Amino acid sequence: MPEVLRAPLVVEFPFTRSLGPVQSAFLTGLRERVVLGVRTGDGRTLVPPVEYDPVTAEEIRDLVEVAPTGTVTTWAWNHEPRRGQPLDTPFAWALVRLDGADTALLHALDAPGPAAVRTGMRVRIRWAAERTGAITDIACFEPYEGGAGQPTGHTGAFDEPLSGIVAPARLDYTYSPGRAQSAYIHALSEQRTVGERCPSCRKVYVPPRGACPTCGVATAEQVEVGPRGTVTTFCIVNIKAKNLDIEVPYVYAHIALDGADLALHARIGGVPYDQVRMGLRVEPVWTEGARYPDHYRPAGEPDADYDTYKELL
Amino acid sequence: MNREIAVVAFAQTDHRRSTEESSEVEMVMPVLHEVLAQTGLRAADIGFTCSGSSDYLAGRAFSFTLALDGVGAWPPISESHVEMDGAWALYEAWTKLLTGDADTALVYSYGKCSPGSVRDVLTRQLDPYYVAPLWPDSIALAALQAQALIDAGHTDEPALAAVGARSRADAEANPHAQVKGGSIPQGDYVVRPLRTGDCPPVGDGAAAVILAAGERARELCERPAWIRGIDHRIEAHGLGVRDLTDSPSARLAADKAGAFERPVDTAELHAPFTAQEVILRRALGLGDDVRVNPSGGALAANPVMAAGLIRIGEAAARIHRGASDRALAHATSGPCLQQNLVAVLEGDPR
Amino acid sequence: MSKEPVAVVGVGQTKHVAARRDVSIAGLVREAARRALEDAEATWADIDAVVIGKAPDFFEGVMMPELYLADALGAVGKPMLRVHTAGSVGGSTALVAANLVAARVHGTVLTLAFEKQSESNAMWGLSLPIPFQQPLLAGAGGFFAPHVRAYMRRSGAPDTIGSLVAYKDRRNALKNPYAHLHEHDITLEKVQAAPMLWDPIRYSETCPSSDGACAMILTDRAGAARAPRPPAWMLGGAMRSEPTLFAGKDFVSPQAGKDCAADVYRQAGIADPRRDIDAVEMYVPFSWYEPMWLENLGFAAEGEGWKLTESGVTELDGDLPVNMSGGVLSTNPIGASGMIRFAEAALQVRRQAGEHQLDRARKVLGHAYGGGSQFFSMWLVGAEPPES
Repeated sequence: MPEVLRAPLVVEFPFTRSLGPVQSAFLTGLRERVVLGVRTGDGRTLVPPVEYDPVTAEEIRDLVEVAPTGTVTTWAWNHEPRRGQPLDTPFAWALVRLDGADTALLHALDAPGPAAVRTGMRVRIRWAAERTGAITDIACFEPYEGGAGQPTGHTGAFDEPLSGIVAPARLDYTYSPGRAQSAYIHALSEQRTVGERCPSCRKVYVPPRGACPTCGVATAEQVEVGPRGTVTTFCIVNIKAKNLDIEVPYVYAHIALDGADLALHARIGGVPYDQVRMGLRVEPVWTEGARYPDHYRPAGEPDADYDTYKELL
Repeated sequence: MNREIAVVAFAQTDHRRSTEESSEVEMVMPVLHEVLAQTGLRAADIGFTCSGSSDYLAGRAFSFTLALDGVGAWPPISESHVEMDGAWALYEAWTKLLTGDADTALVYSYGKCSPGSVRDVLTRQLDPYYVAPLWPDSIALAALQAQALIDAGHTDEPALAAVGARSRADAEANPHAQVKGGSIPQGDYVVRPLRTGDCPPVGDGAAAVILAAGERARELCERPAWIRGIDHRIEAHGLGVRDLTDSPSARLAADKAGAFERPVDTAELHAPFTAQEVILRRALGLGDDVRVNPSGGALAANPVMAAGLIRIGEAAARIHRGASDRALAHATSGPCLQQNLVAVLEGDPR
Repeated sequence: MSKEPVAVVGVGQTKHVAARRDVSIAGLVREAARRALEDAEATWADIDAVVIGKAPDFFEGVMMPELYLADALGAVGKPMLRVHTAGSVGGSTALVAANLVAARVHGTVLTLAFEKQSESNAMWGLSLPIPFQQPLLAGAGGFFAPHVRAYMRRSGAPDTIGSLVAYKDRRNALKNPYAHLHEHDITLEKVQAAPMLWDPIRYSETCPSSDGACAMILTDRAGAARAPRPPAWMLGGAMRSEPTLFAGKDFVSPQAGKDCAADVYRQAGIADPRRDIDAVEMYVPFSWYEPMWLENLGFAAEGEGWKLTESGVTELDGDLPVNMSGGVLSTNPIGASGMIRFAEAALQVRRQAGEHQLDRARKVLGHAYGGGSQFFSMWLVGAEPPES
């Protein structure tokens, strides 16, 4: 068995999240160092404020300010902070019920060690120096000896309320393509295209994915296909893709390599785009160091008959 | 509609820290073959197929479409997929069989936790405005729950350690378990109060179950595990609005599934963290006479998205081999047991 | 014991737009759900279970968002299921919900599908850079355009058909207040003058990217008897899947689509769909898929579907109207798109479609598909309950 291939796969995007009125008020409030909750029909105050009552499902909009001080309802000591978490030194995760609220808010609690933290302890908000209207405008909670802080009497209406936030998220994966595709990729590095034959239906799959998808059995017998093939169908791309450095227009084609039982997809070059046709015989053009053929070009053979490839579109 | 439906076969992979030598379909397919072989059915004989998995575990969209290659969906099949643990795929298949549209169903699920950091991946399940931006990982949330349980006087760290040790000791008899051995130390704190031994192993695995209705079930299995009831319920999402020391949704699901009508002898609980077993035992009223997680449970192997289906499969397998007459199987989803499913399985009287 | 008949008694959707910047994800789904409840004159307490669907979680960057949406959808204390079958998911979700009623597990179920594509970028979500794999060389349309060319080659259809479909659907959308695209000054010449993005697909023949949600209230006979407006009755429903890519796969007319339709027709007692079905709301993301699906669904012989389009049969006032709502070409919140098709079929037989209501709509087909033309879900709804 060839060595297992692996490579980093980073899934990262700055999501743009619109907020709606309640969440907008809460996050705008944090920017202004004001903590807002929302009152339910039966008089409970939910902090952080949600848009729909978790008990009755009613829409709730009645904002009410609560204090920046509160009580820990449960906690957990995090001695090894992870990427993205509020503090990069050891801290406690805590659920904190702010004074005036009936529910608890999750955040970090900065404390010297687990011995300094207990359920029932008093804490207050430590505001971030720079605030943008995000849950991270609360830098963390910190221990606090004293009674309830005083709300400022804010109504929840702001001059420039936020309508949305940007929430960047990054996850790191290590991708491994598995046995069959690894073998295919290894062969490509020698500029050979190797598929696998289904032991049951005898079809040759390129690229092989480990299973014959119609028979549901493992493929194993390796079969070299190509290098030449037939354009079975195609489109002419006139729109420049953001991540691709290819001049438009170009032809994106389905190519049935000789010996393969389904088509793979590739670009056609070496011929004006408007002269590409179904049935055109092509061969791969490799560039130094590339994993895949850069493109396919006309092989100089007569076109294939439609009947020879009509099952391979 | 009064149609009797049973689990007639169950198969799972050996659960391992990494299966990087296999693609998802390469991991899943042998389990599909094994579960079909147990019944003598061929893929084409199956009336309905349903699977459960998550794109976020794989780090790619539509990851389930590639796993379908292992089924042999040709000619085309009646098929569906839930972005949930496979236990809910089983629930969907159960309703399909109830309608009479199919007599047999293949249910499978899989989870490869090895490509990513599952602790961090699961933060993406949380409220995207107030909570996910803080990246509180799954162990941290379970630790908050555990501390609440300790504060309430329902458990303590030694009791939690005993749950972990019992699970790993029981796993010695489970050839598929990833972590086994009663003498494994409880380890250091991961997020206090939870230690390594309070947390599930991170690993890859897959499982499959076959359901059959009525006489078909009796033809396919010597002692079918009849689904006497199955129900699932969800709670509010916010951790700060819930009582983390209780699981009202598990209790309600169990009630709707008829779990409280008669005692069960076995319970397979999907409790990835030791404290969650304590919560579930209390919520479900399971006494010391109930054999809990004889498989070792999720503390011995926790392929995310499959671990719940495995609980149903393990409970059914005990009925198949006569080790249980009436068993409760449970699956969970979401942070701190937000969503819970309970199935009650019974064997025919011996 | 036979299945419980399933009725649609409430339909709700959002006004579909490129970006709903005034609501959260919860606010978006809530709006559709609330409208469905209002249509049914029902309350949250009437709902026994919630079945929700959407396309890949990466689109919004929330893993299994139903967990967070439980509160907004009144699901707390109730069963909640989340379906994901790629582009067909909106249809599949409705069918999973319908099965809960048909199996008598529940009396009344809320089903909902959504996509808030403005939270990210669909092409990002669809083309995560998987290592070792050749990058997608052509964007979304590049995946579909070669299949369109294959259809043209096979059927001999003139290359004008695609623009006719787009022109029709965009005009239909003008009569649908919920449609995303409202191109009031549309002309056939404008459609035909649009640039060829992926030849043979013009820009004007592609679907938009939308934020939107669609919800339905499904119920049993007792629930239908209480409904304030006429119900739509499910006469047949089915899902079929085939592999993504395989030797011999017919992308132009996939077998799974044919089999799915045949199953629905068998359940509903449809002998000749062209004669027995009044209208079709089908999933047409690129205009040429209308003639392709007309053949795949049995409304025309192979190679003949384009003739129905060309002769005006599929126009709103034609003999077999197709995509009365304006279709996916006018509105595409991906995960919801299938359910919008199903809901439009229900609106038509309930005579609640407003300005785009058909005179004759006794039996209407709703169709969704997804993946590599591999997942199909369909239902046929009628104004009369099924014969038991």
